[in-house]
Amino acid sequence: MRRTRLASFGGWLVTLPLTLLGLLLVTFLIGRVMPIDPVIAIVGDQASADVYERVRLELGLDRPLYEQFFRYCTAILSGNFGRSVMTSRPVLEDITRFFPATLELATIATILGVAAGIPAGVLAAVRQGGKIDQAIRFLTLIGHSVPVFVLGLVGLLVFYAKLHLVPGPGRINVAFDDIVTPVTGMLLIDSAMQGEWEVFRDAVGHILLPAGVLAYFSLAYIARMTRAFMLEQLRQEYITTARVKGMSEARVVWRHAFGNITVPLITVIALSYAGLLEGSVLTETIFSWPGLGQYLTVSLLNADMNAVLGATLVVGAVYLGLNLACDLIYRVVDPRTR
Amino acid sequence: MIRRRTFASSLLAAPAIWPLRDALAQTPRDTLVMAAQLDDIISLDPHESFEFKGNETTTNIYEKLLTTHNTAPDKIVGELAESWEVSSDSLTHTFRLKTGRKFASGNPITAKDAEYSLRRAVTLNKTPAFILTQFGLNAQNATQMIRATDERTVVITIGEPISPSFFHYCLSANVGAIVDSKIVEANKQGDDWGNGWLKTHSAGSGPYTLRAWRASETVTLEANPHYPGKVQNRRVVTRHVAEPASQLLLLQRGDVDIARNLGPDQLKSLASDSAYKVQRSRKAAVIYMCMNQRHPELAKPKVREALKFAIDYDAIQRNIVSTTYDVHQAFLPLGFLGAIDDKPFRFDPARAKALLAEAGLPNGFTVTLDYSHIQPWADIAQAIQATFAQVGVKLTLQPGEQRQVITRMRARQHEMLMLYWSPDYMDPHSNTEAFVSNPDNSDNARAKTLAWRNSWSVPELNAKVAAAVRERDAEKRAEMYIELQREHQRSSPFMILLQAIEVAAMRASVSGLDIGPINDRIYYRETTKT
Amino acid sequence: MSRAAILRAWLVADTPTSRRQARLGRLYLQWLSFRGNWLAVAGLAVSLVLIIVAIAAPLLATHDPAAQNLDIRLRPPDAAHWFGTDELGRDIYSRIVYGTRITLGMVVAVVILVAPFGLVVGCAAGYIGGWFDRIVMRFTDIFMAFPRLILALAFVAALGPGIENGVIAIALTAWPAYARLSRAETLAIRNSDFIAAVRLQGASTGRLIFGHVAPLCLSSVIARVTLDMSGIILTAAGLGFLGLGATPPSPEWGAMISTGRRFILEQWWVATMPGIAIFVASLGFNLLGDGLRDVLDPKQT
Repeated sequence: MRRTRLASFGGWLVTLPLTLLGLLLVTFLIGRVMPIDPVIAIVGDQASADVYERVRLELGLDRPLYEQFFRYCTAILSGNFGRSVMTSRPVLEDITRFFPATLELATIATILGVAAGIPAGVLAAVRQGGKIDQAIRFLTLIGHSVPVFVLGLVGLLVFYAKLHLVPGPGRINVAFDDIVTPVTGMLLIDSAMQGEWEVFRDAVGHILLPAGVLAYFSLAYIARMTRAFMLEQLRQEYITTARVKGMSEARVVWRHAFGNITVPLITVIALSYAGLLEGSVLTETIFSWPGLGQYLTVSLLNADMNAVLGATLVVGAVYLGLNLACDLIYRVVDPRTR
Repeated sequence: MIRRRTFASSLLAAPAIWPLRDALAQTPRDTLVMAAQLDDIISLDPHESFEFKGNETTTNIYEKLLTTHNTAPDKIVGELAESWEVSSDSLTHTFRLKTGRKFASGNPITAKDAEYSLRRAVTLNKTPAFILTQFGLNAQNATQMIRATDERTVVITIGEPISPSFFHYCLSANVGAIVDSKIVEANKQGDDWGNGWLKTHSAGSGPYTLRAWRASETVTLEANPHYPGKVQNRRVVTRHVAEPASQLLLLQRGDVDIARNLGPDQLKSLASDSAYKVQRSRKAAVIYMCMNQRHPELAKPKVREALKFAIDYDAIQRNIVSTTYDVHQAFLPLGFLGAIDDKPFRFDPARAKALLAEAGLPNGFTVTLDYSHIQPWADIAQAIQATFAQVGVKLTLQPGEQRQVITRMRARQHEMLMLYWSPDYMDPHSNTEAFVSNPDNSDNARAKTLAWRNSWSVPELNAKVAAAVRERDAEKRAEMYIELQREHQRSSPFMILLQAIEVAAMRASVSGLDIGPINDRIYYRETTKT
Repeated sequence: MSRAAILRAWLVADTPTSRRQARLGRLYLQWLSFRGNWLAVAGLAVSLVLIIVAIAAPLLATHDPAAQNLDIRLRPPDAAHWFGTDELGRDIYSRIVYGTRITLGMVVAVVILVAPFGLVVGCAAGYIGGWFDRIVMRFTDIFMAFPRLILALAFVAALGPGIENGVIAIALTAWPAYARLSRAETLAIRNSDFIAAVRLQGASTGRLIFGHVAPLCLSSVIARVTLDMSGIILTAAGLGFLGLGATPPSPEWGAMISTGRRFILEQWWVATMPGIAIFVASLGFNLLGDGLRDVLDPKQT
């Protein structure tokens, strides 16, 4: 869906922080109504009464809600996201560790999805109603219908447990732990940069299956949208004109029709990318992938609110940032929006 | 070396032409790799850690003054202490350290380190500190009560005359760990006693040092070169694998040497395979159900008794947790001083119905059950729901995250609730206090014992708990606990259902994993792979 | 001419003589085009079967879906238990049959909560515009910037597990899409002549929105709803899979997979059967929605 476009870039500068603030507020309120005592989450069940009370005061839980929220926001502005209870590390440090894992997975899945999805979509549109179209439509519909956790489980069962073709869950074999110094946090890039090809190979092996599963969903979405956009273009008069002029079919399809759908297509790809970057909770759970989705879920279920708020902020910023980028691209490429 | 073109083409046909597995058919020789559920760890500071896996990790990194060996868990032995004595009034304890021992850093272990460590544990006052502060030690008096009198001697004075063996057991818990005071002091920030640093680093004298802990991913331990005994593995890596089924897969594929959280169904599939073996060891943890006495029906003694007969203990054990739990019905787990093996309850719907009728509830009633939504609780809860239905009691299930269940119980908001209990230290007082003692039943009581959380308070029993912990004669003490357990089985609002068995499934070539009754007593150092 | 032929001629008449004839005629033509798409017809068939199964569950089930028999746990499919038994010895076939009720119930509840709300909010935002529009759109931004499953997860974690709370959580995550869709449709028609004409006749804003704008947005919303149903099914299953959906022992499909995946290697049927059920239901709605959209919203095809 096309998102609302704002009058000016300046509008973004105002609404972006406001939206993020709203996001934080919603998350904060959810955290406060969670039926989990955040103090218990820290000190455990058996702590003595004075330990409990001390931690409660440390967390500022004795203060009114608005003051707690205000204090959290001012801390964020000075770059302090607080400490996560679950990992006992600063939230910011956690995010720099978990987000690259998600980024790596999402990027590869999107690349695969785009590489396969666009040609499939174009082909289906060109052969509208034919066997190939039916097959591609059916395949993409399956992508919209099968639960990701079922596909992930089946993938593990078949390719890992039965066929022994790929390594199991996780990001890397433990034997390769700590060999590569994290620079970008993305194992594939780091290991390649440092010439650790054994590690690289292992990391590729580990990412194939989860990335493949996510790529299928991204493919299904992109192919569907490509097909729809292409059909709209192919019906236009200028296409008929071009054909009448004797232009080659390939040129008509790719240069003219496809050239005209690149802009909306970029939005589609960006949205699907954003969806994957938000962390695919279920995929990460099935594949024990230490990404942002898993971090967010585990923290949420344990009332680790600093971690939840920090991760939510990142997720929200990624989503809004990609939207903003799309808007800018629209503005640059599409003259009608100038 | 992979060039771009081969990389691209191998991505397309990766599995077929690129045997990703071959390089790693098994784990490295000098590294022991385990799959386990690690996500409970929130700190590896031994004076703060109180989670199962956190304790298991720190016990392999740090040593205490005293400990117990798993071959005789009720016998206190010296770990860093060579000898110790108690004054006749049971108040002053003197410990003499072994000579020539060093920390992993190479620093010698002195009485100053012991003094520093115990003062640190008490002053930091983190979750496990109550194990020491219950003896009257606190941040204010720590400097007077805990003193190093010379290089090798440390003297601890406690506030009350309590059974010395009880104090010894408490010192052998992880909170009694001796840390390298020089290293910890060098890394302190403000008045945090180095806590911020020690959460993710180590400064101990045990067989291993902490190389890395990545929350919910891995814990990597490395052999401590200064440890006097033999350490069989250069490295021990524990990988967080949440799913038991995935753990089984990893074990079968040779990616791990030991899987720690397999359920009965996974274990069954390994039983017939000689390439694997399963090590089972009784654990000091129980699964219990409790009935909040604020609920008008559950407060009736006949109803409590009836429900104890409305659970099919044997069927649950046989069908759901056959290899991982045993039926056990007393609050002291087997292996503890004074533990009894009486099983007065079995599934008897006719008797349960009769008791309900006597209580004026011939048509049963409706009650909710809170429990953690993970296995095996989820299956057990459903099995209990089915047998309760047979006696006319409608059980509404309310699964939740474990911390959520605990939060509800601490607020006394539950009706019935099922949870896991593991003792804090090897002394019977830990469980007895939790399950029986409730001297102050008011809403803002300081001690929120399990009895308090269920609003169950019996003055005579409170007095008996207090007397038992002061008894110096072990035999008499055991008698007192036996009596308490029988009374508890008869009248309390608790049903103890099962006692846990720690199970480790491993490749047949692995041996020497030393599993004790609590998590503070699981050692990796002797584990070998051939 | 037979009666059917007369009826058809009446339906496809070029010059309908009444409003009713025109409307029915249009529906008939849409049905003809829908019928030409065999995938869509298959989707319709699946959806109808699901509804029948849900209504007739007690007749179709062979066992009580909650009846445990621990002595026959994890039995493979056979004559007595067509899809095998689960970890508590319950009949998986009967559980799936009853599970249809839960799944369809959740879908219907979410749709009833979400579609009218999103439609009205979106139409109002688009028609009124100005600050009202901006505030509504910022709200949808906030909700859309949240990953859908995580937002649902957060609400369920806060409200407690259960089907009702699952429905509320999914509804909270689903409404912005409808608001946006209706808003876009409204913007396209708000300046058209007939709206201006109605406005000149002195119709109130409320009347305009409910009486004239909203009905025009309805067809695209309906197409979207059908397509969204599979999304709702998948989100509900995801919640169940993460242990936050329906409470035991209700046979919710996602929760069944979640408990069954422990046995995926040896007792594949425990997790696979509900997996297939989710897939079939979701695919059915997708096919139906796809076909409906082709018919109702030709410019998208």
